[in-house]
Amino acid sequence: MSGGRLFRALLWGALAVALVFLALPLVAIFVEGGPGELLASLGEPGALDALRLSLQATTVALVVIVAVGTPAAWLLATRSFRGRAIAITLVELPLVVPPAVAGIGLLATLGPAGLLGGAIAATGLELVFETAGVVVALTFVASPFYIRQALAAFGALDPALIEASRTLGASEARTFARIAVPNALPGLVAGGALAWGRALGEFGATLVFAGSLSGVTQTAPLAIYERFSDDFTGALALSAVLVAVSAAILLGVKLASGARVLGDARA
Amino acid sequence: MGVVALLLAGCGEDNPGDGGGKPRLTVAAATSLTDAFEEYGTRFDAATARFSFAGSDELAAQIRRGVKPDVYAAADTTLPRQLFEAGLVKKPVTFARNRLVIAVAAGSGGISSIEDLGNRGVKLALGAASVPVGEYAREVIAHLPDAEGEAILANVRSNEPNVAGVLGKLTLGAADAGFLYITDVSAVRDEVRTIELPKDLQPSVDYGAAVVVGAEQPQAAREFIDGLLDGRGFDALQQAGFEPPRK
Repeated sequence: MSGGRLFRALLWGALAVALVFLALPLVAIFVEGGPGELLASLGEPGALDALRLSLQATTVALVVIVAVGTPAAWLLATRSFRGRAIAITLVELPLVVPPAVAGIGLLATLGPAGLLGGAIAATGLELVFETAGVVVALTFVASPFYIRQALAAFGALDPALIEASRTLGASEARTFARIAVPNALPGLVAGGALAWGRALGEFGATLVFAGSLSGVTQTAPLAIYERFSDDFTGALALSAVLVAVSAAILLGVKLASGARVLGDARA
Repeated sequence: MGVVALLLAGCGEDNPGDGGGKPRLTVAAATSLTDAFEEYGTRFDAATARFSFAGSDELAAQIRRGVKPDVYAAADTTLPRQLFEAGLVKKPVTFARNRLVIAVAAGSGGISSIEDLGNRGVKLALGAASVPVGEYAREVIAHLPDAEGEAILANVRSNEPNVAGVLGKLTLGAADAGFLYITDVSAVRDEVRTIELPKDLQPSVDYGAAVVVGAEQPQAAREFIDGLLDGRGFDALQQAGFEPPRK
């Protein structure tokens, strides 16, 4: 009896510690600045440029990730083939590679002196110091978040559902588009939100691979870093926006998938 | 990243005499001092020195936010003076001199003078305006005729947070050229060549250091700075290519 109570108290204590530890630094961003000051320093042109660039680059990256990641995850979820485990490990690798290392790797591959540098230059495409390079960096670090989630979502589909579609004569493409994707949608959306959030916060790979130039490659996290040393209020203001946007993404997805689950339950 | 390193470094400092070991000295220093200070650290007897290397401006901002290393060493004298005037560090001393040079990536031809930096298609990586290496570079550019200076600034493709960022862009061939200190390029002679600035454009690159007010190890911090002026720190600086401070 008292043992059970002690354990319950421990559980609540652990949750309280975790919540305070995780939430306090984010709350402090808003407390330090004061809303008036924060808003004023957002009016500075560089800050808005950085936010706009962040939104554009993350959106393009997310489109690429979803377009390539969804079929790739479907393949990984529905086939067993030699090297599948290796393929999954490779897909997950960017999760654990330090972002600065990712940036160096991208430079060593796609940079002017990199493995594919010549081929890229031949197409006339420029990545380093260009917004396109930011998109590449974001895509590299954020895609595992989506592919992992999509893989899990497809894997959790009822095999009978897929089988039924097949036996009714639907092609795999049709089954994928009409049955698998709609049914796995909550998982896919959650994965997309996670990937977007990760891309929005990306710093190291972008700085190393694409550089930092206002309006071209300086995303919000890079602008925050640059302001840290001489404009702390400006850094706080941009941080506050990023925190608010990220929280909104997370909450939106929770609400959307929650509504869907309820809807399914009622159906 | 420097922030985290310094905050973590500040964490376990309650054991100065732990097991009869040496006190632990935390030194926040400009990135360009990395080689010289790491060498000095191995020869410094009074304490075990631990370093947090980052842009001088970033380290100063940390100190303004209440982070307390024992020693602050910057690639200019302005930032230590500002911290001194704010009552955050003791009186700073100038301990070394450096030289700004044009650094050119080995694979980038066609650059042989400062004017060439304004040529069409040249990609430049500079330090950001708030970090000393970027400030000196902009000072040099501001002394050029207007059209020349504008052409050079228009070629800036990235504003890096410290010398390591500029150097990395050059050694990996991403940028063609940038401004660095002569001491930054001594270790990468194969990948980066240097062009000296004309004498009348050379800025005075003086390094200042100070004991931080509220330092845990003020005594060892003072000894560390004294050694930079005369002793093992001075030797390590000379070895790394720094010049003694102006008398």
